[in-house]
Amino acid sequence: MARRTPTPVRYGANLAGLLIVLVSVFPVYWMVSRSFLPRNRIRGTEQVWFPWDGTLDNYRRMLTGESFRSALTTSLAVTLLTVVIALLFAFLAAVAVSRFRFRGRRTFIMTLLLIQMIPAEGLFISQYKMLEGMQLLNSVIGLTLVYVASVLPFTVWTLRGFVDGLPRELEEAAMVDGCSRTRAFFTITLPLLAPGFVATGLFAFIQAWNEFTLALVVMTDPAKETLPVWLIGFSESRSRGVDWGAIMAASTLITIPVIIFFIIVQRRMVAGLTAGAVKG
Amino acid sequence: MPRGAPAATRNPLPVGLVIPAACLLALALGYPLIRQVVLSAQEFGLAQQFGQPPAWVGLQNYRDLVTDPYLWKVVARTVGFCFVNAGLTLAIGMGVAQLMTRMSPWVRMASQIGLMLAWATPVVAAMTVWQFMFDTEYGLVNWVLVQFGGDYAGHSWLIEPLSFFAVATLIVVWMSVPFVVFTLYAALTQVPEDVVEAAEIDGAGAWARFVHVVLPTIRPVLLVVLLLQIIWDLRVFTQIYSLQKAGGITRDTNLLGTYIYSLGIKGGEFGTAAAAAMFMLVLTVVLTAPYIRMMIKQEED
Repeated sequence: MARRTPTPVRYGANLAGLLIVLVSVFPVYWMVSRSFLPRNRIRGTEQVWFPWDGTLDNYRRMLTGESFRSALTTSLAVTLLTVVIALLFAFLAAVAVSRFRFRGRRTFIMTLLLIQMIPAEGLFISQYKMLEGMQLLNSVIGLTLVYVASVLPFTVWTLRGFVDGLPRELEEAAMVDGCSRTRAFFTITLPLLAPGFVATGLFAFIQAWNEFTLALVVMTDPAKETLPVWLIGFSESRSRGVDWGAIMAASTLITIPVIIFFIIVQRRMVAGLTAGAVKG
Repeated sequence: MPRGAPAATRNPLPVGLVIPAACLLALALGYPLIRQVVLSAQEFGLAQQFGQPPAWVGLQNYRDLVTDPYLWKVVARTVGFCFVNAGLTLAIGMGVAQLMTRMSPWVRMASQIGLMLAWATPVVAAMTVWQFMFDTEYGLVNWVLVQFGGDYAGHSWLIEPLSFFAVATLIVVWMSVPFVVFTLYAALTQVPEDVVEAAEIDGAGAWARFVHVVLPTIRPVLLVVLLLQIIWDLRVFTQIYSLQKAGGITRDTNLLGTYIYSLGIKGGEFGTAAAAAMFMLVLTVVLTAPYIRMMIKQEED
C-alpha cells in the first residue's frame, strides 16, 4: 500500500511492530540464551537476561550423550531417506501429470488433494497395526514408508508447478537438433528443474525432521526414537530435576537446520500453503 | 494443462510414471484406511493382542463410543479448542497484517523477520521452551509474576484444565499467527489504492473502509486461511500430548487426537480407537469439503 500513513498512526504502528518482534522472537531468544547457561545460573533465584559469561557445557553434555546421538542418527536416516524417495517418486508423477493427459490423471490429482487433508491422527491406529504386522515397528524403513506417503502429495504438487513452468518447446527444439528424447530430457529439462528439486526437497526435509506424531506411534522403543520424540520424552522424564540447560541446547540444535532451510524456501511456503500444497 | 499437450493417449508411459507414487500411497494410506474400517467393526483388545482372533462386533464399537458421554466431552472440547484458536489466530493475524501496512519499512522488515523466526521454529523445540517458561519452579512466567507481587511461587499452570488450555492456546496461536500475517499482508497489498481513496473521499471512516472495501477484496484469501486454520487446529496433537506429559493430567485435557492415541496405542483397545479415528476422519472431511471443492474447481479451470 503506497498510501501515505499519517505520522501519529505510523508511530503507533511502529511501536506495535516492536512489540510484535519482541513477542515472536523472545521464546527463541530464551531457548538459545538458556542453552549457554550453567545449571546453577538457570536455577538461580535471579533470572539471567544476557548470558555474557555463558558456557558450552550443555552442548558438550548433549553431544556426548549416547541417547542424543542415537536419536540424531535415526532422525537423519529417516529424513534423508524420505527426501530422496519422495523426490524421486514425486518427480516421475509430476512429469506424468504435467506433460501427459492420460486415463486416471484426474482421479490421481483428486486423490492427492484429499490425502493432503487426512490428519495423521485419523489413520495412525491402523498404520501402527499394519507396520506391526509387517515387523516394521521401530524401524527406519517403517517410519520412512508413512513419511513418504504423507509428504508425497505436496512434493508432487510443488514439482508439478516447476515442470509446468518449463516450456516443452525447449525439449522439442533439442530433439529437432537431433537429440534423442531421453538425452533432451537429461541435458535440457533436468538441469532446469534443479531449483524445483531444492525447494521441494527442503520442504520434505523440514516436514520429516519436525514430525512428531507418527514418530511417537511407530518408534516405541526408546533406542529407536527420532529427535522430536526423544526431546519431548527427555523434557518429561525427569519432572523433578529437569536438566533445562541440556534441553534448550538440544532444542537449539534441532532448530538450526530448520531455520536455515526455512529461510531458503520461505517465499514458496507462503504461496504453496494457500495453494493447498503443504500440509500443516 | 500445458499448451500443446497431446490428447489422451494409450501411451503407457505416463501411467508407468505415476505407478511408484500411487503404489506407495495405496500401501501406506489406502490399505490402512480399509484396515481401519475393518478394525472398527472388530473386538480388538488385550486378548487379541495376545493372539486371539478378533471377533466381529458390527457397529458395537461405534455404539460404545457414541453412548459414552466422555467421547462427546472430548469432541466438544476439540471443536471448542479449534474454534477459539482459529478465531484468535485469525483476529490477531489480521490485526498484525493491518499494522504492517502502516509501519515504517524498517519496522516492517523487523516484524517479518521476527514472525518468520517464530514460524520456522520446530514445534517440539517451541514446546520445550514454552514449557520451560511456564515451569513451576524455574519458569520465567512465575518469576515475573512474583516480582509484580503475585502469589505465583511454585504455581503449576498445567494441573488445572482451564489454565492448561490457556497455555496450549498461547503456544498454538504463537506458532500459527505468522502464516496468517504473511498471507493476509500479501493480500492487503493487492487492495486497489484508488478504490480505498475514493471511499475516503466519499466520507467513509477507517472502519467503514475496512468493512466495505478491504474485506470484500481479500475475502477469498481470508476464507482459505480460515479453513486451513480450522483443519490444523482440529488436529492439534503434539502440543497437547507434551503438555499432558509435563503436567500429568490427561482425562480432563484430552482432545480427539490424544484420546485416540490413549485408547489405541496406550490402551490396546484398537477396535474402539479405530472407530474414534473414523470419527475424526469424517469430521475432517465434513469441515474440509468446501476447501476441496474450491481446489477441484481451480484444478478444472
